[in-house]
Amino acid sequence: MPLIKNGAITDDPWQFPAEDGPMPETGSVAVSLTQWQREKAVLLARSTPLGLLLTGNDSLDNIVPNITAYDLIAFVFPTFQDGRPYSMARLLRERYGYTGELRATGDVSRDQFLFMYRCGFDAFAVSAGNVIEDWLRAVSEISIWYQPTNDPRSALTTLRHKLHALE
Amino acid sequence: MYRYDEFDQTFVRQRVAQFRDQVARRLSGDLSEEEFKPLRLMNGLYLQLHAYMLRVAIPYGTFCSRQMRQLADISRHYDRGYGHFTTRQNIQFNWVKLDEVPDILAALAEVEMHAIQTSGNCIRNVTADPFAGAAADEIEDARIWCEIIRQWSTLHPEFSFLPRKFKISVNGAIEDRAALRVHDIGLQLKQNDTGEIGFEVMVGGGQGRTPMIAKSIRSFLPKEELLSYLESILRVYNLLGRRDNKYKARIKILVHDLGAETLANMVEREWQQLREGYVNLPDSELARIACYFAPPDLEDAAETDNGLDRARRANGQFESWLEHNVNAHKQPGYAIVTISLKPEGGVPGDIDADQMEVVADLAQRFSHDELRATYQQNLVLPHVRKRDLHVVWRLLAAHGLSTANHGLISDIIACPGMDYCSLATARSIPVAQSISQRFNDLTRQKNIGDLRLNISGCINACGHHHVGHIGILGLEKNGAENYQITLGGRSDRSAAIGEIIGPAFSAEKIADAVETVIDTYLDLRQPGERFVDAYARLGRGPFKERLYATH
Repeated sequence: MPLIKNGAITDDPWQFPAEDGPMPETGSVAVSLTQWQREKAVLLARSTPLGLLLTGNDSLDNIVPNITAYDLIAFVFPTFQDGRPYSMARLLRERYGYTGELRATGDVSRDQFLFMYRCGFDAFAVSAGNVIEDWLRAVSEISIWYQPTNDPRSALTTLRHKLHALE
Repeated sequence: MYRYDEFDQTFVRQRVAQFRDQVARRLSGDLSEEEFKPLRLMNGLYLQLHAYMLRVAIPYGTFCSRQMRQLADISRHYDRGYGHFTTRQNIQFNWVKLDEVPDILAALAEVEMHAIQTSGNCIRNVTADPFAGAAADEIEDARIWCEIIRQWSTLHPEFSFLPRKFKISVNGAIEDRAALRVHDIGLQLKQNDTGEIGFEVMVGGGQGRTPMIAKSIRSFLPKEELLSYLESILRVYNLLGRRDNKYKARIKILVHDLGAETLANMVEREWQQLREGYVNLPDSELARIACYFAPPDLEDAAETDNGLDRARRANGQFESWLEHNVNAHKQPGYAIVTISLKPEGGVPGDIDADQMEVVADLAQRFSHDELRATYQQNLVLPHVRKRDLHVVWRLLAAHGLSTANHGLISDIIACPGMDYCSLATARSIPVAQSISQRFNDLTRQKNIGDLRLNISGCINACGHHHVGHIGILGLEKNGAENYQITLGGRSDRSAAIGEIIGPAFSAEKIADAVETVIDTYLDLRQPGERFVDAYARLGRGPFKERLYATH
């Protein structure tokens, strides 16, 4: 499954051990919240990067206390219609200061990239297609934002303000 | 009214290009219908019984002659020469072809229009009092805030995949002409004790199969903090609204399940965090938008009667029209004109291309180039000099647009029903037509007085039957169309859901049943008592008795 990160296809160093499977000896692992809660001490004792694999059902209250422990937070979209991770992503980035990788996986396609990117997702696990071309097109085909978010590009109110200042 | 700047214009053009690409991918087979569906819905494109239907946004119902002429052109080029105004202050084209839709959107973009978020599980086109900016009972023009909400909600990255659709309405007058209490969020502008203007925020109203009246969750919100507060409500809803059952996914169910107080507390908690560091609109931007809604240049001396009274006395039809279709304007010497799209036996809300052009001309010549679409599926000329009323009426009359029935029993709201809609369980239009014909005598209608009769062709309630004084719901039973009657609904400040009166009636019997309801009211009313007030006093009993005794 191709992974797009920072606008390029990248290798995925993360391992996602099954809920009841063995934990890999080495390397980066991302686990569910249940696994995390069950094996927190063991996981924290590892010297390699840790991540979480979440769904919209998980509560951020259980994530925030250890937020600096994670280098990856991945949200599974069981269907593109599940809009909860968009709010969770903004909260993680804007309220809780999460700076690690924020990945969208599951039912993810080019027509959601723009919304996801603007909410703070920076990595996208996608199924197939001309993924890079699609991604670049999807995040650039609209260049005007009416809402300020974590998107590094300026929202329209700022642009209008700048234009006004120039006049 | 609001005009696009270079940024707004760039945005809609990019959006058209984006949809053109999506349509091309659908036509080439890159996208399946299932994948394409949410994309077309985000651009107001439905697949109906016979064809694609395009729902064009008229944000808060305000538009101008140039836009109306473009709608007329679109209806001629891409449809069958007519359009249909809806209860959402939008216009629908019923016969468009998929491959031509990008061109229609491009034509709309030329006149600063679009079809964005007129469908889908997102924040829908915001609605408002159609008399905003003109009404004599106005506190502040709601449209300033509607435009701010329109921009904020447009392709909102966090709220484009909500559990279900989300409708916001704003009212700036004393009287609620925006049906606030049956919206997901209703915003009522008000003045507090210290003279500041802000909003009362109501949440969780709606119709559909579980109709509910909105609950007030904040009695006063400073207006400059509107967007952060809306964002808090939407965030709570996006995270907690049900996604397992689309019939229980609207925010009204969340309000019902949690209780209004609990929800209010959750919103408040979220807001206290969110408002810290929230980028409120800068004053310069607020001022820029408000500037577009400055009152038009109205004459002080327009009070002069110029023969209006003589014309009124000379012509009974004109007099009736003045009585019903003309409302008080805040500026002396001016009036608000409602153009009824409910001619006898007509399809409620329909208008043909020639009529659109007539209305555009009238707006340009007599109403400071402004038009409104109303949730009652009529049109409004908001700023007409009283001395021009007679000529406006004559021009309307020449094109079948002078029906003097605004607010009367034949001013029927009806959804398209099974004549067009793939969700419908029964037809609405023929029922509206038969009732309009049954009560065609205007003297009789005037005697009946203020009455809202609303018809929906299925439980989704697009025809607002729950809040009609008389509501009619079309259902299918054993392959036949059946119509259930509800009484006592209303969408004003005292909003209420109508009560089901008893077993449904067949298509042939429904007009008779309505007549029985009306006759019962006429027999039992006290002097000057409106239908809805009489019903509140009398209850179901006498109506039920008369309806089913003869059934």
